[in-house]
Amino acid sequence: MTTHYTATAKGLHWLMAILLFGLLALGFYMSDLPLSPQKLKLYSWHKWAGVTAFLLVALRLLWRAAQRPPALPDSMSKILQRASQAGHLALYLLMIAIPVSGWLMSSAKGFQTVWFGVLPIPDLIGRNRELGDLLALVHQALALLLAALVAGHVAAALKHHFFDQIDILTRMSPLHRPEN
Amino acid sequence: MNRFAPALALALTSALPLAAHAVEYNQIHADRSAIDFSYQQMGVTMDGKFRKFATQLNFDPAKPAAARAAFDVDLASIDTGSGEADQEAAGKLWFNTKAFPVARFASSSVKALGGNRFEVAGKLTIKGRTQDVVAPVTFTTQGNQGAFDGAFSFKRADFAIGEGPWAAFDTVANEIRIKFHVIAATGK
Ligand code: HEM
Repeated sequence: MTTHYTATAKGLHWLMAILLFGLLALGFYMSDLPLSPQKLKLYSWHKWAGVTAFLLVALRLLWRAAQRPPALPDSMSKILQRASQAGHLALYLLMIAIPVSGWLMSSAKGFQTVWFGVLPIPDLIGRNRELGDLLALVHQALALLLAALVAGHVAAALKHHFFDQIDILTRMSPLHRPEN
Repeated sequence: MNRFAPALALALTSALPLAAHAVEYNQIHADRSAIDFSYQQMGVTMDGKFRKFATQLNFDPAKPAAARAAFDVDLASIDTGSGEADQEAAGKLWFNTKAFPVARFASSSVKALGGNRFEVAGKLTIKGRTQDVVAPVTFTTQGNQGAFDGAFSFKRADFAIGEGPWAAFDTVANEIRIKFHVIAATGK
């Protein structure tokens, strides 16, 4: 039985970790700026990176469906295993819901997303100022939720590793190769 | 001589409605007319409109050379799609609506291009600066109403629209496209 995630799963995990951290930081930073060319640039970059994150999570879920993650160690109680799975499910849901809300918000605000300035992403909904403002709130609330969950996720991984001495962190570590 | 009087009267009365038929479109339907604009921002086409503008028009399709058209656009009525951008556009760096509330276009000549197409040349004044612009216009009728559809482009830098940090074109492009749609009925 494998005890490690595949190299692809690890790669996607850490790539997305960096990307999501950057997206959260950039998102919170840029939305408080006064309107300026710089702000418009940051918005575009945020949207391009956000669409990239969406594509990566889609890829990641496909991979996960084909290559099931290693089972959680028996030393973890059933309740803890359930909690861990629920946490991961919530993370995936947010990784989908946040970019989708951003995409819909951009459509509603009348600012189409053109990925890296090259590939136009179709507007799913028409222009609507109120809806755009509402979706911005939804996007923000979901992003805050993600930030909180990620903090919990990191804390849990570190706690398992250092306090419970469960071999969890190494399963996702790019530095650890499976033994066989 | 008297024998011709009835014939003359008949000729006159039948000619009168003809004279009244020298149709001139000059009654503007403001609520069905529109001025839209579009531009590129970070390579993405953005559009918006002006909610308030006044149009003056005198247009007789039979005498295009005598036609005249003018728009007075209330710049503070801009609708970019976001409140923040509307405020910015009205501000000092863009339209500076406090000092220059109105953009004006006034035609100087109208040429028939054949069919239902015309070419309107005129002066566009924004923010105290005036430039020549030329707009092709198509004219279509429905009952006693005429629709005038045209478009033209100008360079925002020519009017100092977007100064300071906005003066570079890497975020907001220089070219601004204007589209207008005017509905006018024939006057009495
Ligand atoms: C996982 C991907 C994403 C994350 C983690 C993320 C995160 C954030 C965060 C934290 C904010 C600041 C919210 C606030 O304080 O108001 C934000 C704002 C924003 N995001 Fe995202 N975002 C993502 C994807 C996207 C996508 C795909 C788009 C569009 C295609 C997008 C468009 C925007 C826009 C336009 C804003 C500014 C909202 C405003 O004007 O208030 N985001 N994002």
